[in-house]
Amino acid sequence: MSLTHLQRLEAEAIHVFREVAASFAKPVMLYSIGKDSSVMLRLAMKAFYPAKPPFPLLHVDTTWKFREMIAFRDRTAAELGLDLLVHVNKDGLEQRINPFTHGPGIHTHVMKTLALRQALDKFGFDAAFGGARRDEEKARAKERIFSFRTAQHAWDPKNQRPEMWKTYNTRVAPGESIRVFPLSNWTELDVWQYILKEEIPIVPLYFAAKRPVVRRDGQLIVVDDSRMTLADGERIEERLVRFRTLGCYPLTAAIESDAATVPDIVREMLTARTSERQGRLIDTDEVGSMERKKREGYF
Amino acid sequence: MNAAASTTTARAPDSPAAQEEQSLLRFFTCGSVDDGKSTLIGRLLYDTRLILEDQFAALERDSARHGTTGGDIDFALLLDGLEAEREQGITIDVAYRHFATNRRRFIVADTPGHEEYTRNMATGASTADLAVVLVDARQGILTQTRRHAFIASLLGVRHVVLAVNKVDLVDFAQATFDAIAHEFHSFAKDFCFETIVEIPMSARYGDNVTTSSDRTPWYSGPTLLEHLETVPVTERDGPFRLPVQFVSRPNADFRGYAGQIAAGRIAVGDAIVAARSGRTSTVRSIVTADGNLQSASAGQAVTVVLSDEIDVSRGDILAAPAERPHRADQFMAHVIWFSPEPMLPGRSYVLRTEVDSVGATVTALKYQIDINNFSHEAAKSLHMNEVGVCNVSTQAPVVFDSYRENRSTGNFVLIDRFTNATVGAGMIDYPLHRAANIQWQALDIDRNARATLKHQRPAVIWLTGLSGAGKSTIANTLEKLLHAGGRHTYVLDGDNVRHGLNRDLGFTAEDRVENIRRIAEVARLMADAGLIVIVSAISPFGSERRMARDLFDPGDFVEVFVDTPLEECVRRDPKGLYRKALAGELTNFTGVDSPYERPETPELHLRTGGHDPAELAGQIEAYLLRR
Repeated sequence: MSLTHLQRLEAEAIHVFREVAASFAKPVMLYSIGKDSSVMLRLAMKAFYPAKPPFPLLHVDTTWKFREMIAFRDRTAAELGLDLLVHVNKDGLEQRINPFTHGPGIHTHVMKTLALRQALDKFGFDAAFGGARRDEEKARAKERIFSFRTAQHAWDPKNQRPEMWKTYNTRVAPGESIRVFPLSNWTELDVWQYILKEEIPIVPLYFAAKRPVVRRDGQLIVVDDSRMTLADGERIEERLVRFRTLGCYPLTAAIESDAATVPDIVREMLTARTSERQGRLIDTDEVGSMERKKREGYF
Repeated sequence: MNAAASTTTARAPDSPAAQEEQSLLRFFTCGSVDDGKSTLIGRLLYDTRLILEDQFAALERDSARHGTTGGDIDFALLLDGLEAEREQGITIDVAYRHFATNRRRFIVADTPGHEEYTRNMATGASTADLAVVLVDARQGILTQTRRHAFIASLLGVRHVVLAVNKVDLVDFAQATFDAIAHEFHSFAKDFCFETIVEIPMSARYGDNVTTSSDRTPWYSGPTLLEHLETVPVTERDGPFRLPVQFVSRPNADFRGYAGQIAAGRIAVGDAIVAARSGRTSTVRSIVTADGNLQSASAGQAVTVVLSDEIDVSRGDILAAPAERPHRADQFMAHVIWFSPEPMLPGRSYVLRTEVDSVGATVTALKYQIDINNFSHEAAKSLHMNEVGVCNVSTQAPVVFDSYRENRSTGNFVLIDRFTNATVGAGMIDYPLHRAANIQWQALDIDRNARATLKHQRPAVIWLTGLSGAGKSTIANTLEKLLHAGGRHTYVLDGDNVRHGLNRDLGFTAEDRVENIRRIAEVARLMADAGLIVIVSAISPFGSERRMARDLFDPGDFVEVFVDTPLEECVRRDPKGLYRKALAGELTNFTGVDSPYERPETPELHLRTGGHDPAELAGQIEAYLLRR
């Protein structure tokens, strides 16, 4: 029997999960609540069945996530009976860092990148799973499945460890760590087809619905709470929109779509003419911004 | 843009179901710098309409800023995703991209052409089914063309496309194309590729990439894309192999062996053998989260439950009893070296197979392979990007197949013990039966019996430090102290040993490694005899001290760093050697033109300044008493 494309991807990811569990003292899964995290979580559940995954989930909360995401996060962890760690950068919170006054760059650096580094240091994790895929962005296309980080959480893209076959070098010195990407070889379409096939629950924000949006810099921003103030000439309107990617609500643009089910989304994907990261406001700052963020410790 | 590329039929299929069932081809592009590897992939992605609108907008911006194509779209910038790559206009590391047509899915690895980054080229090649070897039609076959074709064959890549690129720059001359193809075939004929297909093309303008070019009327073969879509890539298969990743024991009633099947097929009720122990059992169930299976085959990740409780742990292989993997602690292998630090026979590395990890040394470098003519040449060490054939010895037996039979169970990487860098990759040829035929003779009187008679716990006190640091003086004082206390001791002095046992060794890095290996083995025998052994040797490299440490039980190896500043050693210069070394009359002298790697976590760190040898020896004795 030869495996289908998705079966191959699934088996490859399960193999990765098991290697980490067998080789590291203290792994953790970065859980960002999005579709990729949902797929990653399903794969982790499969990898260790009939046991539970031998590591906790970690959510780095910027406090600017959609409310529906937080509700989904807590429900998922409770239903699966998994440990969920939530970390917020308290310093950033005290300084009232936010995407509106400080801009996407500083907000993301303080509340996401620095927060993640704090959390990894605090718990002493030596391996952290992330849901990044190589097809997302061209700096990610360069990254290994087992990607080494120094004790300062830095990535040195010019000097990555060779990664031969699926014989992974899992050795790190104290303080150093590995970021592990089980979905490296998946495309966005693969993720959706897997969600369809496996009936994986996802945050409802991925499905089209009437939502209150503001048009800002050519992008549609959903107003998720009262912290968002309107500029002159801006007004809130109801539109049929959904998200291709989820993050902090002021930094994640919606797309106009009537895809209300997973099969609708897959059909929409097959004719899509733009990439999912287009809706990520922090990526378009400049060329190389993803690489720079990654070198600093961003996932 | 040229008319040759203006139309295309390649598109992702519309039906999701059809997509999911498609086969997958993993391939990579390789060849020398500037032969157009990244441009070719960019062209493939563009022509298969895999470049989305926002990505194309970014590409246009990038091309204007970093492009090397004078205003045209520079496809290479789609792949060269690192800042340093765009600034320098070269590819440093491998990039993976996906695309699909109606017939197949593809994962393509764009690998670097510079010799310096061969390790990244090997990374991309190790998981590929097919290699696209690019040649610039104006340049012809270069050293890197040969190197990459050779490495591809070593790694077991079975299909090759010889892409003779930039034919537009040689006026689409058939004679040029034929000559390059002929030369490639003549050296690649011994490489065991199943197919070699040569195609004339222009990646920049799209000739024969996805559409046939009317500018090469003399060429009637397939376009690159047609060939990639149709080349048969049936999985190589063999007898059943399940490398065990871990033992799953969620509760007392369940004990399963989790892993991804590397070859073959099993069904419930089949007999299997645990390759390490040779114990056999049968398959009771095949467990997955999606329900138990009646059978499973290569590529599937499963958890296998056996009918009997036999000893199986991570690193073992469950296998078909009639065709078992090898079990040995010595084997021969082809090794590609990645590290700027050369491979030294005798040095201890960590050897990692897919699921096992064990200390290992290269006991003999049989020969190195010259990339230019593929001849075998004698060598004492293997440098970065070189390929050699070695005998490897592991501290414990490992289970494996030959790489030719199974790419998963026949490969390994070598890891530096201190930096944890991946320094080399190996493909196992066959076990060495020297190991199989020399059995351990079990002796009734053991180390404990001997030690008990002497009323002491054996140990090795390993004094390391610069020449002139005071090691021999401290060793001598310590032995007198211990002897007076009724202990049975022996001093192994680095200099004295060189008069006899190690008379044949010099001071090159290779010989220093072997020197320490022999001293460590002799110390082990003496400790086994019940003695407290005091070793006094510069032992400048951390790897060898680690290798020595690994020969002993935890606690029996006491590393003592005799720490005297270099200036003080030079001032003392008890044997007049620093004077000679500094005058250039003596080479490879530690501290002068050969490095000393300071121990990071020695059991004892003796800073000698202001202390006399008796005081320092007393500290060591006190440590031994505390043990």
